[in-house]
Amino acid sequence: MFSKDEVVETFEMIHLNKLNIRTVTLGINLLDCVDRDYDAMKSRIYSKVTTVAEHLLDEAKDVEYRYGIPIVNKRLSVTPVALLLESAVAGLTAEEAVSRAIGIAETLNRAAEKVGVDYLGGYGAIVQKGWTGGDIALINSIPKALSSTERVCSCVNIAESRAGINVDAALKMGEVIHETAELTRSRSGVGCAKLGVYVNSPPDTPFMPGAYHGVGEAEATLNVGISGPGVIRVIVEKSDDLDFRALAEKIKRASFKITRVGELIGREVAKRLNVKFGIVDLSLAPTPAEGESIANIIEAMGIEYCGAPGSTAAIALLTDAVKKGGSMATSFVGGMSGAFIPVSEDSGMVEAAEKGALSIEKLEAMTSVCSVGLDMVTIPGDTSVETIAAIILDEMAIGMINNKPLGVRIIPVPGKKAGDHVDFGGLLGSSVVMPVSRFSSARFVRRGGQIPSPIRSLTG
Amino acid sequence: MKKTMVGEERIIVTALGQDRVGIVAGISAVLAEHNANIIELTSSEMGGSFVMVMLIDISKANLKMADLQNVLKQKGEELGVQVIAQHEDVFRYMHRI
Repeated sequence: MFSKDEVVETFEMIHLNKLNIRTVTLGINLLDCVDRDYDAMKSRIYSKVTTVAEHLLDEAKDVEYRYGIPIVNKRLSVTPVALLLESAVAGLTAEEAVSRAIGIAETLNRAAEKVGVDYLGGYGAIVQKGWTGGDIALINSIPKALSSTERVCSCVNIAESRAGINVDAALKMGEVIHETAELTRSRSGVGCAKLGVYVNSPPDTPFMPGAYHGVGEAEATLNVGISGPGVIRVIVEKSDDLDFRALAEKIKRASFKITRVGELIGREVAKRLNVKFGIVDLSLAPTPAEGESIANIIEAMGIEYCGAPGSTAAIALLTDAVKKGGSMATSFVGGMSGAFIPVSEDSGMVEAAEKGALSIEKLEAMTSVCSVGLDMVTIPGDTSVETIAAIILDEMAIGMINNKPLGVRIIPVPGKKAGDHVDFGGLLGSSVVMPVSRFSSARFVRRGGQIPSPIRSLTG
Repeated sequence: MKKTMVGEERIIVTALGQDRVGIVAGISAVLAEHNANIIELTSSEMGGSFVMVMLIDISKANLKMADLQNVLKQKGEELGVQVIAQHEDVFRYMHRI
């Protein structure tokens, strides 16, 4: 039999340190639903999503019991909706096109509700080099779509290492973010929590809001996002006497075990749904709950508050060890893969921001060595569209130059100023509004056009 | 570990908590009641806590895994220990390459 130490270690990881599967996300191709008849298309989309995902919840629940490991979220992702809209909006006025896009969002929302999933990703567009009629309709519809639905998430990819950065799209997304916040003003701009702007966005990410079922994927695919900050934190806390070489080795070993669980669960759920098993996202995803903070891991390494000097090195070590251990544990790595640092979803990050240890600029530095990007960052509601666009551009540049997927999920909270508190509830957590630079970037952003692809895009 | 026999469906039941009389007997009785066969059993003390690990064949058990989890959990609460049941593949995946 397995040794007692092995069994107890597993017991402790799951029950004391809250190892869980953060999400199983079923990606569904919707290209076969495209129809010149708009109502027929909506009906086909609803039917396809509810049929393919009909047993997702039941099977995932059964797998949880079989292995005794919680699967926290069951979610869906679909083909970027802008692709579905092309023929449906051709020749229509801008207003009519937006209305049709919103109709698709509402259809997807109903389908997600029917299946019983809390979020469905893919209400998105891929516009790193320019936009089409479908892209424009979709992007213009985002504020209303996200404020009139609960479950639909939106992602817009505006940059790629091989294409450069679409600056016009960055500016447009600054406007979209502002408008989305305004339309969900009564709930502190929470609509923006369902909206991400990306560079090198992977077509198989299981995490929201970046999840979409990209072109090149199979008909239906099951992707897994793992978690386990509690497990890593305990290891780091017990390793005060270790130098970094030994500490990295310990984290690597734990990451292997965490990822193996993801691989096992993903394969089993995929098999039961009779769909392809896609990837495991080698992620350390925090939650607002006690003990599930990435910031606390960094602090356990010896930094007083996350954001203090050394934090970038700490998260670089952490992310690298997680990837090394994880890549051995699964045949297919995908998604964002790395340590996530969503501020409001991580109680340690919020505390660090309140103490003044963590600034947007330091977060930006940290994202250059970890994953996800500027995530769940709340900023003053009166931050200008241009400043938001410029923050997006900085993050896109880091991703573009470093061949990394990164995103910006930023919330200009209406009526709030730096230092104010915001509560979104649930997994989205609560946060403190972080100050942004008071200096203008408007002239820079307003130049528009395309930042060219970097020299490294010419390799190969 | 004994090799899995054809037709076997094996789980590992772990109990962890303060030692007291009747833990092994209590959990074994629940398993027997539901026709789950104990293949191996070890129990010992670790860091001041009682640890029991059982390898069980549930291929002929008369209830589903979800229900087995629940009855074991209830029995564990009666006995003052935490009990969980997991398919052995979890341990194989985590601890074997």
